[in-house]
Amino acid sequence: MKEKKLIYKIRDNFFPVAGLFATIISLGVLFVLIIDVFKDGYLRLNWQFLTSYPSRIPEKAGILSAWVGTLWIMVLTAFLIFPIGVASGIYLEEYAKPGKIKDFLEINISNLAGVPSIIYGLLGLQIFVYSFKMDRSILAGALTLSLVVLPIVIVATRESLKAVPISLREASFALGANKLQTVIFQVLPSAFSGILSGVILAMSRAIGETAPLITIGALTYIAFLPTGPFTTEFPFITFKGLRDFFTVLPIQVFNWVSRPQKGFHANAAAGIIILLIISLFINFLAIYLRIKFEKYMRRK
Amino acid sequence: MKINKNKIIEKITEGALFISASLSIFVTIGIIIVLLFETIEFFKEVPLIKFFTEKQWTPLFEDKHFGILPLLNATILTSLISMIVAISFGLTIAVFISEYIKPEKRMILKPIMEILAVVPTVVYGYFALLFVTPLLQKIFPDISTFNALSPGIVMGFMIIPIIATMSDDAMQAVPKWLREGGYALGANKFQVTTGVVIPSALSGIMASFILGVSRAVGETMIVTIAAGQMPNFTFNVLEPMETITAYIVQVSLGDTPAGTLEFKTIFAAGMTLFVLTFVLNIISYFLKSKYRERYR
Repeated sequence: MKEKKLIYKIRDNFFPVAGLFATIISLGVLFVLIIDVFKDGYLRLNWQFLTSYPSRIPEKAGILSAWVGTLWIMVLTAFLIFPIGVASGIYLEEYAKPGKIKDFLEINISNLAGVPSIIYGLLGLQIFVYSFKMDRSILAGALTLSLVVLPIVIVATRESLKAVPISLREASFALGANKLQTVIFQVLPSAFSGILSGVILAMSRAIGETAPLITIGALTYIAFLPTGPFTTEFPFITFKGLRDFFTVLPIQVFNWVSRPQKGFHANAAAGIIILLIISLFINFLAIYLRIKFEKYMRRK
Repeated sequence: MKINKNKIIEKITEGALFISASLSIFVTIGIIIVLLFETIEFFKEVPLIKFFTEKQWTPLFEDKHFGILPLLNATILTSLISMIVAISFGLTIAVFISEYIKPEKRMILKPIMEILAVVPTVVYGYFALLFVTPLLQKIFPDISTFNALSPGIVMGFMIIPIIATMSDDAMQAVPKWLREGGYALGANKFQVTTGVVIPSALSGIMASFILGVSRAVGETMIVTIAAGQMPNFTFNVLEPMETITAYIVQVSLGDTPAGTLEFKTIFAAGMTLFVLTFVLNIISYFLKSKYRERYR
């Protein structure tokens, strides 16, 4: 009898104890990872590291071309995914009638979200790099990455639109607004912070993506910057940079990790610190917007 | 007249929105065509039977062999290791945050867990190669610098949030009255959790497992950095091996001109990967919609 009681006691406490244990271990791994990277790389973090090109000598190497490339790719990707992702989300949530076409689109997007990113790299290589003759340019990279993260934006847009109460739409219709007016003036503004959170989440994913960019042939050693977007002559802006070769932070990190010398490993760790700071910051921004959106919706 | 103008604008917008939404279909078609085209070219030169039965993968060497088995084996082994970690931790965490802690704490814990999925994969690769492998060397002295075990474990931690959040969602979707029915019959919390909640949420939980497998199979950078780039047909996880994804990276890093047989191999390998993940994603999708429908 006593033994049985003990078994019951162990059993009843299994999930609270094991759950806590598993949670602590998972977060502990994250913590150890951050400490380890910081310990390996903080000595290399200085102004020279941020303003130098890669080099054969670890102490002289830096991430200038990498972070500039990342910035280019990010800005371009944001411009590409925002309109297309939001438009797709609006169509599926507000316009598409239940039926085979909608089901098909839904299955398709959910599948695309699960396609390994390296497959998008193969797609980008054949379509953008070879067929459209974009070569290994920033434009080809941004287009490829946009396809990778597009499903995230679509799904987030739909979730946000779904959270907007029907009563708001009905009130708008009752005042004589048509569907388009209701969507533009009522539904979208209410769902905006949720949608924005999804776009930012997609950016945080895109910033760390390495495989598709390596597959389209982004170079690992770049000692120049793309042509800047601003000029002194009219019209003061140029898109020449889109055609230039590029590298990004995660590729630079990968390149340094793959080398046997310890000095390069320190560089990789320093690059990772920068990469982690950026992607965690962007991710927190997305979470903050999502929580704000959820609170706002609950008030409605 | 004015009403007509509005109607036209309405139709045009709807059309534009529809075109955006159908872009995703073109992406899928694009992927299939691109992969299929080069894969067919590949199989004109390499017989299908050899591809699936030969135990050597050496397209980059003099003596060329095109057996996908070593790559497939490495992909399956690393995925298997990661799933052991991800399922045991992920499911326990899911039950814990869904059934045992207060909703307010759940709201905080979930986003924190998701940071694990936000960390870029090259960072995990670095961690596996330069932290976990040296640590494992203390337990298994004969482990190689590149091995399947270390990236497998690290990949598991990356997948924990996928399984934990998706299974948690599935358990949250189980209606309260089902749990109350269990309690009314005299069951305690543990019995309700294992006897009512988990079985009711099973299709959602399975969907999360399968999505996790699909993620592990397609994961690239962790295995490329820490498992090595040597196609090695072995079941010893302490040895270096090359996954399908790592092979694609290896070829992409070199200067392989388009149209050569080496170039086509990455598409044949990619096709294998795509088919694998496609089947997994579709199964996961239907399992997920099953539980969504049941408790609507």
